[in-house]
Amino acid sequence: MKSLKKSFAIMLSSLAVIAVILSGCGSGKAQNTTTANSGAPNTNQSTTGGNTSTKMQGGTVRVSMSTEPDNLNPYLSAATDTNAMMDNVFDGLFEIGETGDLVPAIAESYEISADGLKYTFHLRKNVKFHNGADLTSADVYYSYAKLAGLDGQEPLSSKFSSVQSMETPDQYTVVVTLKSVDAAFLAANIAAILPKDYEEQSTKPIGAGPFKFVQYQTGQKLVMEKNEQFYDAKRMPVLDKVEFQFMPDANSAVLALQSGNLDMVPGITAQAVAQLGDAFNLVTGPQNMVQLMALNNTSAPLDNEKVRQAINYAVDKDVIIQTAAEGQGTKLGSNMSPAMAVYYQEGLENQYNHDLEKAKQLLSEAGHPQGFDLEITVPSNYQFHVDTAQIIAEQLKQIGINVKIKQVEWSYWLEHVYGNGEYEATIIGLTGKIDPNEVLGRYESTYKKNFYHYKNAEYDALLKQARVEMNESNRAKLYKEAQKMLTDQAVAVYIMDPSRTTALAGNLEGYKVYPVQKYDFAEMYYTQK
Amino acid sequence: MRFLMRKLMTFISTILLVSVIIFLVFQILPGDPAEIILGVDADPHQIAALHVSMGLDRPASERYVSWIGAAITGDFGTSLKYQRPVADIIMERLPVTLSLSLFALGLTVMIGLPLGIYITRKDGKLSALITSIISQLGVSIPSFWMAFILILLFSVTFRLFPSYGYVAWSEDPIGAIRSLFLPALALAIPGIAVIIRYLRNTLLDQVKMDYVRTARSKGVHSKAIMYKHILRNALIPVITILGLLIADTLGGSIVVENVFALPGLGSLLISSIGSRDMPLVQTLVLYIAFIVVTINLIIDLLYKVIDPRIQLKR
Repeated sequence: MKSLKKSFAIMLSSLAVIAVILSGCGSGKAQNTTTANSGAPNTNQSTTGGNTSTKMQGGTVRVSMSTEPDNLNPYLSAATDTNAMMDNVFDGLFEIGETGDLVPAIAESYEISADGLKYTFHLRKNVKFHNGADLTSADVYYSYAKLAGLDGQEPLSSKFSSVQSMETPDQYTVVVTLKSVDAAFLAANIAAILPKDYEEQSTKPIGAGPFKFVQYQTGQKLVMEKNEQFYDAKRMPVLDKVEFQFMPDANSAVLALQSGNLDMVPGITAQAVAQLGDAFNLVTGPQNMVQLMALNNTSAPLDNEKVRQAINYAVDKDVIIQTAAEGQGTKLGSNMSPAMAVYYQEGLENQYNHDLEKAKQLLSEAGHPQGFDLEITVPSNYQFHVDTAQIIAEQLKQIGINVKIKQVEWSYWLEHVYGNGEYEATIIGLTGKIDPNEVLGRYESTYKKNFYHYKNAEYDALLKQARVEMNESNRAKLYKEAQKMLTDQAVAVYIMDPSRTTALAGNLEGYKVYPVQKYDFAEMYYTQK
Repeated sequence: MRFLMRKLMTFISTILLVSVIIFLVFQILPGDPAEIILGVDADPHQIAALHVSMGLDRPASERYVSWIGAAITGDFGTSLKYQRPVADIIMERLPVTLSLSLFALGLTVMIGLPLGIYITRKDGKLSALITSIISQLGVSIPSFWMAFILILLFSVTFRLFPSYGYVAWSEDPIGAIRSLFLPALALAIPGIAVIIRYLRNTLLDQVKMDYVRTARSKGVHSKAIMYKHILRNALIPVITILGLLIADTLGGSIVVENVFALPGLGSLLISSIGSRDMPLVQTLVLYIAFIVVTINLIIDLLYKVIDPRIQLKR
């Protein structure tokens, strides 16, 4: 009798535990349904940050980061996440503005000579590095000499390859002379300015940005604090501290935000958008990425322009956006996102409207009325691209193309597909750059990693011309023409610019979306309601 | 003594074999470490500079021999990614993994053993059924899912424990316990389930033995029979399981450390494989092999303590 009672007690308590666990799941689900509306596309900010709130001084923002920095030295680092973090520590002569424009930062003004070869930069006079030293033209000289390889060592950036020489007529003037006209050079001046002869950037970085580097604990966090001596009063940070927490698992980052252990999670999934709901600020915007299905332009039958056009007609991009990206994406027609407002050629996204009849007709004209077999190689670590590949496979089946999806490891993809161009078709997202030459230069026949194997003398000439065109609107025209050329010849299937949503604590305001991955913490602040 | 010598020889050859296999596997795997570290948009200049600084221009066999030679003297090389001595990085991460696994082990023993004994002593039909359901669930639920449920329950809903991160013992002991509690529990639950099952099975086997009947007929109290006689005999398989569990967690619990963003050896192993950080991966795998072999040795010795009749042969 006694034992029966006890066993009942055990049973009841275990039931209670199960019930609690289940209710935990249930509440998560319930949130899903109630907040589905607020997570709709184009919601720029939830209503929580209304007019009644007041700006608060100070505070710490804890941000999740999925990867650790590759190198704290900005000249040795190439990872997007690292640049986005360290951009708060380093300032350049210019900084990137919200539309991808160049905003003078350390440079106060600049002049370009009539022949386009001589750039004169006038520096601000009150700029101090985090170690207290004044920033002068000597520091700019030191930094650019490293980037351009003028210090006798291997140059650290190909963007500075056109630099021939530099002069520093006085403490606050730098004159850069180029070997040849290079319209992309001005945009290169966002490069960080480092203090002269300081060689410990990889362990204790020192810059002149709005935040000072405090410490980096591998596997845990990277901490920055407000730079009280920052030169620009208008951009003076409000926050005291920023902590980047390294969290490899995306789901735990969202849960940490929900439990109040984090204040900001960049790049959350559509599912997480639904999970988070009204209590958080969700900022969505284009990320200036080009998601495309690259086609190997030299591998038969893809070497036939008509076949590539047929594939373009058969792929329904709207369906991909609605399913793979849950509606959070902007349709593209060429290798440029509308986030690049100045250079973006409108209308190309509708050039190949979904049309199966036309696709079939083009295939028969090309001599493949029955279709063919196509292998799409996808990096398996990007679920988004894998999903896209599966949808495309279904769509291409309708015009008789049998798709085999080959999932490969990321490093395999980098070496064989991207490096050597050994593939038929692949799906990837190309991250945005603010200089159109870097975006469209990927298709030049001389570009080392032209993995499309696209060769077009006309296109090469067009880009060459654009590089030396100093008139901004003429330059934009040339790049627009280049985009048209890519679309007309159907070099690839340009799919979308997937939107990026950043989740912030309900009282954290001031987050801005840039055409590059950039988190400007100097603009952010907490509010009190 | 001869036993120990033999064990030591096996120990060394196992570890050497592991190091060769790992080295070979990473030679076959595609991917240029410099390119992986720097990403898709790396400047060719940066890649070339990194190649030279990583020493990747030397042949593989030469790199292996110099690595293993240095390792014997305690120098495990420099991490390609962090540009710091591998031994330093591992020593930095070890406390996290060590405290996590000891914590998990503590929870497993403190909950698993009493519960197992209790359930066996009150072996009614209903309790047996419930136990087997719960322990079955505990064994079969994947630990990452368990981890998420625990976060949802204790961090998001009740806000009792932090959902991620690690606080060093030297900084804040209570914070350290709080930060490790959920991951340790997520690790311990499957262990508890396994221990309950094993303990119950062996205890029930032992109860039927002749010595129990003899003890009972002498009039020994049932509690004394349980704790003095039966338990000692039932512990051997349980200790084997515990040993495996320790070996598992000391190498870093990859999944749990990832979910809770703990800077332990498991998450270090994952990230270093991702970045093809060869010196770090080799040393970590070597360390894990070392732990597994050592724990097995300790278990063999413990058998002798529990049951002096066991002869330490092979």
